[in-house]
Amino acid sequence: MNPDEEVLAKIEQIKQGGPERYRQRAKAEGRLLARERLARLLDPGCGVEDGIFADAADEGNPADAVITGIGKIHGRTICYMANDPTVKAGSWGPKTVEKILRIQETAANLRVPLLYLVDSAGARITHQVEMFPGRRHAGRIFYNEVMLSGLVPQVCLLFGPSAAGGAYIPAFCDLVVMVEGHASMYLGSPRMAEMVIGEKTTLEDMGGARMHCEISGCGDMLVQRDEEAIDTARRYLQYFPDHCDSQPEVVPTIDAAKNPEELAHLIPTNQNVPFDMFELIEHLVDANSFLEIKALFAKELITGLARLGGRVVGIVASQPKVKGGVLFVDSADKGARFIALCDAFNIPLLFLADVPGFMIGSKVERQGIIRHGAKMIYAVSEATVPKISVIVRKVYGAGLYAMCGPAYGADATLALPTAYIAVMGPEAAVNAVYYNKIMELQGEEREHFIRERREEYRRDIDLYKLASRLIVDAIIPPSRLREELINRFAVYASKHVTNPRKRHGVMPV
Amino acid sequence: MHVIIAPMAGTVSQVLVQAGDAVTSGQDVVILESMKMEIAVQAEVSGRVKAVKVSEGAFVDEDSILLELE
Repeated sequence: MNPDEEVLAKIEQIKQGGPERYRQRAKAEGRLLARERLARLLDPGCGVEDGIFADAADEGNPADAVITGIGKIHGRTICYMANDPTVKAGSWGPKTVEKILRIQETAANLRVPLLYLVDSAGARITHQVEMFPGRRHAGRIFYNEVMLSGLVPQVCLLFGPSAAGGAYIPAFCDLVVMVEGHASMYLGSPRMAEMVIGEKTTLEDMGGARMHCEISGCGDMLVQRDEEAIDTARRYLQYFPDHCDSQPEVVPTIDAAKNPEELAHLIPTNQNVPFDMFELIEHLVDANSFLEIKALFAKELITGLARLGGRVVGIVASQPKVKGGVLFVDSADKGARFIALCDAFNIPLLFLADVPGFMIGSKVERQGIIRHGAKMIYAVSEATVPKISVIVRKVYGAGLYAMCGPAYGADATLALPTAYIAVMGPEAAVNAVYYNKIMELQGEEREHFIRERREEYRRDIDLYKLASRLIVDAIIPPSRLREELINRFAVYASKHVTNPRKRHGVMPV
Repeated sequence: MHVIIAPMAGTVSQVLVQAGDAVTSGQDVVILESMKMEIAVQAEVSGRVKAVKVSEGAFVDEDSILLELE
């Protein structure tokens, strides 16, 4: 064997991964092998890989259970790490950790997105002193993730477990895609939960993909197969620039999937009757460009990426069809996080507001609706990207603030003719202001008084009156909204605003 | 048995089905009023209404049982 052949043979051997029986099992379960995942993720033929001989001279775990390298997606450079679950269940040894740290450093140096393809049983406890507590040990992975956060996009594809400390890899990523039935995230296993706190539970119920995407909010997108997770990541990255100082790519415009001229028929004039905001979005954005984030979590608020006239925008939209579009603790968190994501990567924000306000009552107060709502308002305030708020219908109370009302640095507040801006609806307002008077009156006299006051209230917040006072910048016929937004986002592309210099704010959490 | 619960606190403004009715997944079965909005509650599965547990005008808390399906 000549030297070339010898090296290549060794590399080929390592690339096989773990024992055949584990590879067969993965196949039988419908999973891709680690290198098959990378082959689907990356453009063919341009990648480089480091540390393939990790651990080769010691215990001989192929690549020490993680593949790290640089490749391209749609022609753009990215860095990646991919656990190999056929090698020691993808667990972390000292070299695994060092390889992950190095690829993080590379992503920072090159200022390119970093993808974590996670499928790992966690740390090898037998090696804990060499990989858990020290300066360049596991803790540094999460530290690096925090340092990379907002510098370059970080995406986690969760194909299998992400246990204990390892669960913090997805926790610090911008996007977590989870494969249903295979992916899981938990600090203590069901066995540990039973031992330590006496709780009987299952992996799916406590840390499964669906639970995290619907209830905990730790997962952003639920998919059915490895292939779908990978395709989702490739699509997601097309909306993002390489790093925080570059701009998302502008592509040729595509007509909306539904005729914008028909928008007016979609929006009920009765403010209390729900409609489906997804329909409105389909009438506005370039066809097939809407990528929803956190579709299964806090559905009363819609968040997603789309293109308008070929430009990327982040959409934050009330969903009147779910819980009346009222903002709750989880929806406020969802909004805050998405706004921060878009602002970090120069993605302009479009708010579509039809919101009766934040939920009231003792239950939500105990959950801290005020501090959660404050989080969303904080994120809206801090965002310096172009921001347009469209008042679709009613916008009451602090709902106006959370949906980027005029006071929140909106480049424009646009109103549809159905817009209605007030502290609260006329029924509640008249009751609040005239409660004592109403109580003094009886029968027809009371009804008459209430009717009169409500009419007076409506006249006071009439849309044309609000426009004449410059509360809204323009009233837009629904059929012209798409065109108006495309024009405005093109104009606002040169926006350059900075917040006051300081170390950092003290964000409500 | 499958139960349909209130998605949020509010007042029952309309019960659109009665015991014995067949319902299909996605069908509106109860309209709540909350935060001045009409909140349509849908059946998540198809089945037959076994019992209606609330009456119009009643206040319900989040997660209260509205209907039982079988």
